[in-house]
Amino acid sequence: MSVYAPPSEPLQQPMRSGPGRRSSPRSWRWIDRLALALAWLCGVGLCLIAAAIVIYMGYRGIQYLRPGLLVSRPAPGTTQSSTGGFLDPLLGTALLTVIGIALALPLGICSALWIAEYGRPSWLARVVESSIEVVAGTPDIVIALFGLAVFQLNLFAPFSFTASGGGVFGKSFLAAGAMMSLIALPPLFAATRDGLQAVPAHMREAAFALGKTRIATIRRVLLPSVRSNIATGVTLGVSRIVGDTAIVVLLLGETLRLETQGSLPGLAVLRGTGSTLTSYVYDNSPAGEGAAPQKAYAAAFVLMVLVLALNLVVDRIGRSQADSTGLTVAGGAV
Amino acid sequence: MGPETLLLDPADFMARGQHDAPAKGAPVPPVRTIVLDRPPVPVLPPDEREAVRSPESTGPERLRLEDVSIAYGGKPAVKSVSLSIHQGEVLALIGPSGCGKTTLLRTLNRLTELTPSASRGGRIMLDGEDIHDLADTTLRARVAMVFQQPNPFPMSIFDNVAFALREQSRRRPRRRELEPLVIDALRRAGLYEEVRDDLDRPALRLSGGQQQRLCIARAIAPRPEVLLMDEPCSALDPISTNTIETLIGELRRELAVVVVTHNLAQAHRVADKVAFMYLGDLVEYGSTAEVFDAPRATRTRDYVRGAFG
Repeated sequence: MSVYAPPSEPLQQPMRSGPGRRSSPRSWRWIDRLALALAWLCGVGLCLIAAAIVIYMGYRGIQYLRPGLLVSRPAPGTTQSSTGGFLDPLLGTALLTVIGIALALPLGICSALWIAEYGRPSWLARVVESSIEVVAGTPDIVIALFGLAVFQLNLFAPFSFTASGGGVFGKSFLAAGAMMSLIALPPLFAATRDGLQAVPAHMREAAFALGKTRIATIRRVLLPSVRSNIATGVTLGVSRIVGDTAIVVLLLGETLRLETQGSLPGLAVLRGTGSTLTSYVYDNSPAGEGAAPQKAYAAAFVLMVLVLALNLVVDRIGRSQADSTGLTVAGGAV
Repeated sequence: MGPETLLLDPADFMARGQHDAPAKGAPVPPVRTIVLDRPPVPVLPPDEREAVRSPESTGPERLRLEDVSIAYGGKPAVKSVSLSIHQGEVLALIGPSGCGKTTLLRTLNRLTELTPSASRGGRIMLDGEDIHDLADTTLRARVAMVFQQPNPFPMSIFDNVAFALREQSRRRPRRRELEPLVIDALRRAGLYEEVRDDLDRPALRLSGGQQQRLCIARAIAPRPEVLLMDEPCSALDPISTNTIETLIGELRRELAVVVVTHNLAQAHRVADKVAFMYLGDLVEYGSTAEVFDAPRATRTRDYVRGAFG
């Protein structure tokens, strides 16, 4: 027996929105109720901790930050007003970030491409992946120590600060930047690899089916597809470089001002030493020299704003990607 | 089988309660058994296999398959298929899932080579040349393919169509040189009128049906000889499907079209020739009317009548 369904009329009754009736937690087992309460507590608690950090640092920062601090160089002095600002550490952070990312970007993208698109033999692929995991898991102070050992070799003398007697200090923007690239590499690699793996196989096949080589497919189809993943990885890498202290302390020489080495313009700065916001905060805090906690607060505030802004950028990239392609950014959190 | 073969009479079942054993002395109801009085699919007798024959063709032969067999890691997926594919006609490959039709289609542009375990026997001739001797990029420019999922590249509409044209030549052609070719391909794919205002729009902003027509435009832009389509409408709504089917009918004038489809009604609508495959065998090949209305093989008859699959 069949029923004739006439063409449906437009719906007249009001549409419900929102969820229907659900079971009340009162009817749950006590352990489930306890777990729910704990979940709430932890979530809200984390928000409170984050808010406390931001509010306290914001309060201190605004209290001590003067526009002059951002544009004046640190100077030796005995009073607060004569020791200058943190222009040099700010520039140092920027320079170190640029060097680190410039080295990590090709390394990360190429290794992710190899893993995702070639990856043969598979034992080698496993070795490559676990090598990057080892780098990711190594504490930055260990990486810094290793970098110091490497860059103190006479072979690398041209890269760093050299004493007049010929002793290689192994401290320079180049040395610190090279080690910083190792810090930035894992998130960059992971974001790119996950993005490539999220590209459906038929997308590659479509390019092959148009008579394209694998290289042309990578260059014209895959890399554009994962552009926003790469951007996410870069931003995550930048925030790790900006926030790192150990490598700066060991490898950048910790001179508050940018000191040049040699006479070639540009290269002199790269071979020279300097400081970053993190080492500036450390030096000025009561834990370091303890000379100027106010300036430490101001610099820490600037640092925090920088990192928060970077996280905002990551978030924005992820959202715009989801909007435009329906693909989600994988590996957003490292 | 009569009603007495039912395991339990429902009324009796309710009356007795679920877990009660039958009362002593009561007749034990017969247990229902599935009787395999014949295999679900009859095996094709040898003389009937001869019925697989080449019907009258309508245009020049483009592709000729001679004893093509394909195996994945030694497991045969396509067994000794011989076919010829002509310009001016649409060939539909039909058959239940896993019958090898998609594998066969992907072999025609050697896309199965991307699967390391795949091996191929027999010969496939494209206009008299063995496709094994053609460079893969050359072959795939001549035998284009459209996929099940619309998969435009993450670039503009123009660049999607120009993508196929651009890297064939060493020198990167200018946009002014490409524009007439791109517009022509979009027009042949029936998409130009809808996108003419803004060819620089991202292709991913188009609707699913438009994306699939863009993929067709992209595939036919370099003027291929054969167009392979792997269930091109299965991700689309009925209206877009209708548009694409009409388009397939128009495209066959300039190239040979091979369509893999699960949808028998669609095969009936768009195809001039139908090849029915089952478990890797080419069971029947003939004109659409022959295969659907007067199939020679029992398996074909059962399949097109919906007995299995």
